[in-house]
Amino acid sequence: MEERVKVLNLNAYFGNTRALKDINITIREKIVTAIIGPSGCGKSTFIRCINRLHEVVPNTKVSGKVLLDGKDIYSADVDPIEIRRKVGMVFQKPNPFPVLSIYDNVAAGLKLNGIRKKDYLDEIVEESLRRAALWDEVKDKINASGVSLSGGQQQRLCIARCLAVKPEVLLFDEPCASLDPISTSKIEELILELKKYYTIVIVTHNMQQAGRVSDYTAFFLLGEMIEFGKTQDIFTAPKDKRTEDYITGRFG
Amino acid sequence: MNIYNRRKIASKLMCAAAFLCAFLTLVPLISIFGYVFAKGVASINLDFFIHLPRPVGEAGGGMSNAIVGTLILIGLSCLWAIPLGIIGGIFLSEFGNNKLGTTVRFTADVLNGVPSIVIGIFAYTLFVLPMKSFSAISGAFALGIIMIPTIMRTTEEMLRMVPRTLREAALALGISQFRMTVSIVLKTAMPGILTGILLAIARIAGETAPLLFTAFGNRVWHQNLTQPIAALPLQIFAYAISPFDDWRRQAWAGAFVLIVIIFLISFISRFVIGLHYKLPSSR
Repeated sequence: MEERVKVLNLNAYFGNTRALKDINITIREKIVTAIIGPSGCGKSTFIRCINRLHEVVPNTKVSGKVLLDGKDIYSADVDPIEIRRKVGMVFQKPNPFPVLSIYDNVAAGLKLNGIRKKDYLDEIVEESLRRAALWDEVKDKINASGVSLSGGQQQRLCIARCLAVKPEVLLFDEPCASLDPISTSKIEELILELKKYYTIVIVTHNMQQAGRVSDYTAFFLLGEMIEFGKTQDIFTAPKDKRTEDYITGRFG
Repeated sequence: MNIYNRRKIASKLMCAAAFLCAFLTLVPLISIFGYVFAKGVASINLDFFIHLPRPVGEAGGGMSNAIVGTLILIGLSCLWAIPLGIIGGIFLSEFGNNKLGTTVRFTADVLNGVPSIVIGIFAYTLFVLPMKSFSAISGAFALGIIMIPTIMRTTEEMLRMVPRTLREAALALGISQFRMTVSIVLKTAMPGILTGILLAIARIAGETAPLLFTAFGNRVWHQNLTQPIAALPLQIFAYAISPFDDWRRQAWAGAFVLIVIIFLISFISRFVIGLHYKLPSSR
């Protein structure tokens, strides 16, 4: 397994608050890495540093390195827009564009970057929706509004939208937090399917979910990475006392 | 049970009070419209729309020049005030969290409260004096200034209502900030922005004071945009204070037509925008 994302001494700030403290982690190709930890421990901030989304919030700062295929995404000559195309993101609450149709939601990343060829777009839209396991449900109403779908379908639409720009890495920020158990299990199945093609990082509050979908797990606490290892090891034989306390439900 | 009954009665009373208040606010609206309709509709005929005003003493004639003039003035004002207002609003909502933004916001609010006649004098000094002529463009300049603060502030408010998660979703797809603002944020906020534009149009369509010494009015067809131009409010004003019965009847008809024009502009643009965005057309 090749190393895809290598994070070196990453620090992130909101104003003067240090939200991430010297994070070092290596994320391998085509596996699922889960980030667990209590609310406010910096999980979301961490993955938002991997697609340079942290910096769009006013008064924020990042230091350290994030190497994507060996190249530091924070070096001065790198365009954040390029990085965001390579590193896709699915958010906590489904957020399809309400003014766009299902088709245009999926095509948005291409269309708004100037790709107009209809055949090509049609092909990508269908392929992305198929990969997101949504095609069969929406193929007859592809021009309906994206927000007319149910919550779980909306989230899969957001995943399709993400896949359409052909990313290499997918970041999931608590993708099931607002979904019911059935939609959740569909998303989980989907994640297991997607890891054949993509390198996946998923932030989750739900430890069972981390256990079900991930190969590696990192435990974050108060902005620090406490432990990182094979999911199986983290859940059965944690090395750190704090990890053990968290996964056995003694705090958090 | 006693408390429950008391609450039920109080609820009924408050409900009735709320209904009454809503009704009372509708009374002036409906009575104005009804009165203008009753007084004006009798003088409305084809001549009114296709003929120029006749000299005193001659019966008949119409306000065709004023109707067209008002539409031209509205169009010209929109032409420069809408883009400026919207771009200003984008600045305020997307880049305006600083001193400059606060200053612009404050200035816009003050400008919104400046009496329109003062804006008329300003346009007079800036356009009419150097050009040595009253003109349509000076009128449109004055009206545009009145529109800008309304459009800018509504655009800002509406853009701020677009959730941050949508902007982040767009950015996370590798869409540039410019495209995100134009194709996602502005588009999402469009129905609300349109409401602001329509409010601004409705306001300037009836403005008379700033036109008195800019557009000036005209009893014949306008020659070009650097010449005086007729406008419905001016014509209504001139006719309403005249001693001639026929003119006063036409003033009522003009008032009615003005209301209908504003209504039509509002209705048509809501319809068009509704076709495009399939969103509730009002907030």
